[in-house]
Amino acid sequence: MLAYTIRRLFQSGFVLVVMSLLVFAGVYAIGNPIELLVNPQADEVEKLRATVALGLDKPLYEQYIVFLKGAVTGDLGKSFVFGTPALTLILSKLPATLELAFCALFIAVCLGIPLGLYAGLKPDGVIGRSIMAGSIVGFSLPTFWVGLVLIMFFSVHLGWLPSNGRGETVSVLGLQVSFLTWDGLTHLFMPAFNLALLKLSLLIRLTRAGTREALLQDYVKFARAKGLPAGRVIGVHVLKNIMIPIVTVIGLEFGGLIAFSIITETIFAWPGSGKLLIDSINQLDRPVIVSYLMVIVFVFIVINFVVDMVYSVLDPRVRLGGGAGGGH
Amino acid sequence: MSAAAESPLKQLWGEFAASKLALVGLALLVSVVMIAVFAPLISPQNPYDLAQLDVMSGKLAPGEQAMSGKTHLLGTDDQGRDMLSGIFYGLRISLGVGVVSTVIALVIGLFFGLIAAYFGGWVDTLIMRIVDIQLSFPAILIALILLALLGQGADKIVIALITVQWAYYARTVRASALVEKQKEYIEAAQVLALSKARILFRHMLPNCLPPLIVVATVQVAHAISLEATLSFLGLGLPITEPSLGLLISNGFTYLMSGKYWISFYPGLALLITIVAINLVADQLRDVLNPRLKK
Repeated sequence: MLAYTIRRLFQSGFVLVVMSLLVFAGVYAIGNPIELLVNPQADEVEKLRATVALGLDKPLYEQYIVFLKGAVTGDLGKSFVFGTPALTLILSKLPATLELAFCALFIAVCLGIPLGLYAGLKPDGVIGRSIMAGSIVGFSLPTFWVGLVLIMFFSVHLGWLPSNGRGETVSVLGLQVSFLTWDGLTHLFMPAFNLALLKLSLLIRLTRAGTREALLQDYVKFARAKGLPAGRVIGVHVLKNIMIPIVTVIGLEFGGLIAFSIITETIFAWPGSGKLLIDSINQLDRPVIVSYLMVIVFVFIVINFVVDMVYSVLDPRVRLGGGAGGGH
Repeated sequence: MSAAAESPLKQLWGEFAASKLALVGLALLVSVVMIAVFAPLISPQNPYDLAQLDVMSGKLAPGEQAMSGKTHLLGTDDQGRDMLSGIFYGLRISLGVGVVSTVIALVIGLFFGLIAAYFGGWVDTLIMRIVDIQLSFPAILIALILLALLGQGADKIVIALITVQWAYYARTVRASALVEKQKEYIEAAQVLALSKARILFRHMLPNCLPPLIVVATVQVAHAISLEATLSFLGLGLPITEPSLGLLISNGFTYLMSGKYWISFYPGLALLITIVAINLVADQLRDVLNPRLKK
């Protein structure tokens, strides 16, 4: 176990370094931010001064070393646009993104597992089939299109829900959250549902498939033969056994929620880190782009690492089969 | 087992046509492709020809008549572009980008997947590690990172879509190639001292294709959807030749003032395309999967 953990940890670190190199090289090789940041009327002297002030005159590898040193100490440069440290900027927007992602996850789990369970127990019934058809549609729909239709229907047509922003927030443990005020909740509902839809469809399919498989197993047949009530058979024997893959997928998909929140946040003007990324790309605000990418890559590596560890505890075959070729 | 007299292709078609839903999907898909191919012939207007656009007849509602006397079935956008024509041309670009990127990604993935499976050892480890690492990040994130790095443009978006997709093919091909590698005909070919390239591409490749076809069909839908998403975020194709995603993005500004059609109809076209491809892919998966055969 220790050997596996160390090997996995080493691999995570390696991925992080490679990604930092890729991100840095790419972002710093394109475009000339000076053209964008300095007043077009400014003379050469002024442009040169700005270049030196931003450290853009140094060779690339030197810039990378500065960047790497900064990354380790949590200093990834200042935003060209806002003039504040990029990392602080990202971290200040992160709670909004996390709130959205957690709400979406909550919706997906609370709806997806019961619906999937029902569809698995009654796969040939009208409701069971409708649930499956719904999940296929939910899978096919591009996230941004659903967001658009939601706005069209609930905001423009019915006028029930606001279409942008976080609404009123309250401070909990120093973090601003929307879900504790009525106004915030109305703002949160559509984006959260929009973000949840893909994962909801995925969970329905997973739970349904798991349930159908579990129902054929001997232990379920035995539990039934023992005369246990149906509720107990489903609640304990079936559900408990299908939870392992579901929990793993939930863990892995959480990163996906953060990635997809880029789209949802842009549509609903939710002031989170994803919207900040899109704004920064459009303004060529490189420190913010780099910081965002590094933060999200880091988050992903941590999530993948934790999920792998949890999985190897649940299923010893993973680590015993280890070695470089394992994991397929 | 069905009659031996039937050709394999006919047999496949028979199995495919067993599902009414798949047939509907196929009919939709064929219509969409036909519209895309013949867009210049059937569009009421050339949406890229600025001389034909009239800003005065901008943002007309569906069915409204322009000053020129033309009726716009699906309305017009802010520049007076006929939405129906815009959608027909947009389909062309969306489908084109989706298919081109999928084909190139398929060739790249096929190549690396076969090599990984056939040579094994460190080659296999290296290729599959890269695949593993890439697949642990969502496609949208990889595409966004790339476009943030490369800048915008049609070529850049195709590069991003290829990069996102190749890993799926490499993994799929490797899995089926590993199975094929154990079979006797490969051994026979090796005994005949045929060149490695010949064994790989003439003997192994054709037998690895069926699962790949299924993955590729699904991936075309993903690629189209991803391109639309990126264009919607303003990171995709240039505004001069709008894909469906860009049309939707353009109309988004006017959505709040109740001018729904500029966004809604291109979105509907996108949706029909994706659903049609998915329906066909679903049935193909069942037909081509030997495990489901009775």
